[in-house]
Amino acid sequence: MELTGAQSLIKSLEQAGVEVLFGLPGGAILPVYDPLIESSMRHILVRHEQGAGHAAEGYAQVTGKPGVAMVTSGPGATNIVTPLADAFMDSIPLVVISGQVATSAIGTDAFQEVDFTGITQGVTKHNWLVTDPDEIPRIIKEAFHVATTGRPGPVVVDFPKDVANAKTDWNWPDEVDLPGYNPPGPPEPEAVRKALELIYQAERPVVYVGGGVIKANASEALAEFIKLTDFPLVTTLMARGAFPDSDSHHLGMPGMHGSYAAVTAIQKSDLLISLGARFDDRVTGKVSAFAPNAKVIHVDIDPAEIGKVRRPDVPVIADCALAIEAIVAEIKKAAAGKKSVFAAATKTKQAAWMAQVQEWKAMFPFAYDGKGESNYPGPIKPQQVVEELSAAADENTILVTGVGQHQMWASQLWSFAKPRHWVSSGGLGTMGFAVPAAMGAKVGQPTKTVWAVDGDGCFQMTAQELITCSQEQIPVKIAILNNAYLGMVRQWQQMFYEERYSEVYLSADLPDYVKWAESMGCVGFKVSEPSEVAPVIEKANSIYDRPVVVDFRTDSMEKVFPMVPAGASNDDILVHPSLRERLSREQ
Amino acid sequence: MTPVDAKEKPLREEEGTELIRPKPSHHLLAIKVENKFGVLSRVAGLFSRRGFNIVSLAVAPTEDERFSRISIVVDAESAPLEQVMSQLNKLINVVEITQLHPDDAVEVELLLVTLRFDNKSIVAIQETIKKYKASILEQNDRLITISCADYPGKLDKLESILRDYPIVALQRTGQIALPRLEFLSK
Ligand SMILES: Cc1ncc(C[n+]2csc(CCOP(=O)(O)OP(=O)(O)O)c2C)c(N)n1
Ligand SMILES: [Mg+2]
Repeated sequence: MELTGAQSLIKSLEQAGVEVLFGLPGGAILPVYDPLIESSMRHILVRHEQGAGHAAEGYAQVTGKPGVAMVTSGPGATNIVTPLADAFMDSIPLVVISGQVATSAIGTDAFQEVDFTGITQGVTKHNWLVTDPDEIPRIIKEAFHVATTGRPGPVVVDFPKDVANAKTDWNWPDEVDLPGYNPPGPPEPEAVRKALELIYQAERPVVYVGGGVIKANASEALAEFIKLTDFPLVTTLMARGAFPDSDSHHLGMPGMHGSYAAVTAIQKSDLLISLGARFDDRVTGKVSAFAPNAKVIHVDIDPAEIGKVRRPDVPVIADCALAIEAIVAEIKKAAAGKKSVFAAATKTKQAAWMAQVQEWKAMFPFAYDGKGESNYPGPIKPQQVVEELSAAADENTILVTGVGQHQMWASQLWSFAKPRHWVSSGGLGTMGFAVPAAMGAKVGQPTKTVWAVDGDGCFQMTAQELITCSQEQIPVKIAILNNAYLGMVRQWQQMFYEERYSEVYLSADLPDYVKWAESMGCVGFKVSEPSEVAPVIEKANSIYDRPVVVDFRTDSMEKVFPMVPAGASNDDILVHPSLRERLSREQ
Repeated sequence: MTPVDAKEKPLREEEGTELIRPKPSHHLLAIKVENKFGVLSRVAGLFSRRGFNIVSLAVAPTEDERFSRISIVVDAESAPLEQVMSQLNKLINVVEITQLHPDDAVEVELLLVTLRFDNKSIVAIQETIKKYKASILEQNDRLITISCADYPGKLDKLESILRDYPIVALQRTGQIALPRLEFLSK
């Protein structure tokens, strides 16, 4: 059957299983938008291409399916570079279709021409420039295969206008032929054996869980591993929800703003079992002082992560779920007929270690002034808002954030129960992520409540996607922790630049968030008193037909604690002022 | 190019030509890539993005037309070899990476040079050409263009001799390498 390149593309996307795409048309991609009218796929018309990219990321994070976005050439394409970089850092499967000028015009500085495969080389797992319309199905099949397998990541298919207009045949290939692409599968038995040797001898183990556990859908395997070993664990910013926070084995998030127990347990551990984590500098602090006495088992599907930052004693290059399952199976085998796989003396030491980390957890919670009260004199503590939101949420509620202080409080204080219910920009730290990512998350999980905890600065970067939400009936809820500042930057200036505040003040009243929300078709609330926080959350939770924006006027001067100053050793962790005396007694 | 103070060890018994191996701080990589659009730029881009330094780079088609081979000499101090190789391996169009230890490889590079000569200097130049098994590509009454293909270290020496004459232009290709036969048969 003869069809146009554009029809071939649409048909290929349908064949690849795409249900939703986020995008915005323009000259070069016009031919593709025409057959889209007849397609079964839902297209969501964003107000800015950055929104399309982050929405596709949010969709991918909560569904486990690839997110798809479509943009025109030139400025449309460059507008989606930030989401591509964000997805590349956080290993999110994304397929971006970009329009391109006609092949005959490439290289002539044609109207709205940019070298998009060149620009995105460093922020994509791979990219393609389509030059032959007959290759469209093959390239689309490859694009989805590369984006979703191995370590997931974003890909770009750059689609010239003449290719879209050309006549072609459509043949869906049975297989992908990528001789240079062979993602790892199950672990080598020898690597598993060596890992177990360290596991059986560990006296002060910590399981360091990263985003790879979520990507690999390995939460169940992880739960079983923890049940069998009784080891304490931490979950990184990308792994929140991989294991329930309510379980006593869970010490919280490690890193710069991690919990005291998580950070300190890692520092004092003798075995660090890294599962799909990448020893990011926000976790390690000063690398040479990170977990100095620990042996390291590093499980990762990406061989390039092994030894990139810290040389492991036992590398396990494999899919995280398969690796954990293999380890679990061996432990079960070894445990058959025994009381424990651990020697009695080791077990005693592990129990003492568990008692120690539990003590740290109890002694150094996330503290703030007014905690546990709802009637302290204002301004509202931002932490209270997160705690009340979490308390009012069911366990199917998805939490999305922007980047800054509010993001850290959200990660610290929300009680995570399940994987794929947390969407945040980790590696790139992209302000403006929350609103469009929440939109994508809600599109992916329409029956679940989606709350975004956003900063006032972040909100102003991408708030216009709430118009999309209203028009497309995507009722997300946004809690702005409005501290009138680029708060995270203000905190650094306060702590490390002698309170010399440079270009961080925004204003609490400009814009008027309630009016802005209403003008975008949302319900808007403003909350200034601590006692009003819970009632307004309840009101917001009872609105199902429209997006809701709540402007929480929070304390401008509040800082995120604990904090490990940038480049410092994790041993130099700073705790909340109210806990300092306790900490100095401890040390 | 490879500094002349590198460890010297003759690879071939030849009169008066001691061959210099690359400093051990360099790695030789033979990267088999799919012959696809932009593949060289992907490889080169990865090096600059990750802060790995390229000493030299050469690309050519292979015996199989679907693939090309990129020969890269990497400055070992800029990155651990293992990182360079595993990052390269992540490029979808990279099919295979072979690391050749300089001791286990035969390496050849091509040098082209145009010199200005006069009646006095031409005699010495001709002697050098003979000694280095170089060849004359073109010559007129004032200028001579010479080519020489050999181990990089030997070309370094040739180059330093020729620098005594007025050089109009000089161009080197960067080395390409293949495993020594004893390693192929294994
Ligand atoms: C696009 C972008 N620009 C700048 C930054 C640097 N930055 C990190 S946090 C932050 C402040 C964010 O302010 P706000 O959204 O109000 O959040 P708060 O820290 O006040 O909670 C800034 C400017 C960034 N991460 N992303
Ligand atoms: Mg703020």
